[in-house]
Amino acid sequence: MSCSRMENKILGYVDGRLKESERLEVEKHLATCGACRLRVNEFRAVSDLLDELPVIEPSAAFDLRVHARVAALPVKQSWWAAFLPAPRVAIAAAMLVMATVWVGTRPSNTPQIAETDVPVLENLDVLSNFDVLTELPPPVQADDSGQTNPQM
Amino acid sequence: MLDVKAGDEQSFTLLLHRYRTPLVNFLYRMVRNREQAEDLAQEVFLRVYKAREDYVPSAKFTTWLFRIATNLALNSVRDTRYQRMEISLDAPVTVDAEEGEEKTLDVAEKNPNIEQHLVEETRKKMIRHAIEKLPEKQRAAVLLHKYQELDYGEISKILQCSESALKSLLFRAYETLRVELAPLVAQHGK
Repeated sequence: MSCSRMENKILGYVDGRLKESERLEVEKHLATCGACRLRVNEFRAVSDLLDELPVIEPSAAFDLRVHARVAALPVKQSWWAAFLPAPRVAIAAAMLVMATVWVGTRPSNTPQIAETDVPVLENLDVLSNFDVLTELPPPVQADDSGQTNPQM
Repeated sequence: MLDVKAGDEQSFTLLLHRYRTPLVNFLYRMVRNREQAEDLAQEVFLRVYKAREDYVPSAKFTTWLFRIATNLALNSVRDTRYQRMEISLDAPVTVDAEEGEEKTLDVAEKNPNIEQHLVEETRKKMIRHAIEKLPEKQRAAVLLHKYQELDYGEISKILQCSESALKSLLFRAYETLRVELAPLVAQHGK
């Protein structure tokens, strides 16, 4: 193994994450390469130094804040709920339908007239023989004596 | 997570208890601000809850969880990169507490172990700063590898890169840390 190939293995070796075959290969290289051996020791030191940083705890109110933000989320509706009308609109629409049905089915207020009561125009001759008035009678004129004479 | 998906609210509380500390620590080391880290961790849990019905167990839950957290952290770091306030030279000498609070050094505390305490704090500060100086993606890789102990496959999925690229990323990160922490590394061998 070359030093350049060690780059991808060195950290895994330090952390003990290499497969057995890879580990043996790395150790074989380290036995003959002082530079890589030094780098392994220094990476191990860096890893140990990173362990020195203490772990911080979340603040006491952390959980409460998360739950409060979750509770404040809008209630998720299913996709078909978008087609549902608002309650007020639904009630108004239902009332309108009911009113329409009621008006349509209720008995009419107009009095029912029996067929026998309907006057039938039996004598149609009056209408069919009706002559159109073509000549008008002369207009009536008033004279000085106050009498009216039809103009000839 | 499947129980949460099925509507079991208790299981969500269990998830919260199990992952809140690793998440807050990961995010704190990514964004370097405790308050912001907690806000982001809350956002992670909120996104988990919102996505519960669409959750498909195609990968490990931790992979999914830390992928959300990493994306949020990387976005946050990029957003605030140029907004970071410079520390005034006139400010009192302080030591960053790991808890994220600034503690003003009070020499009058008459602490008999003050010197040892100072040495330890300086050491931790050096380590923290060395991690903070890493490029964001390298930092995320180191934190996920070292503190969350995720395997290469999981980390490469979280960072959306190949395992080979991840190993190269980690190698470069450790090389940088080795140089930055050279004085401590040299002491380590003694």
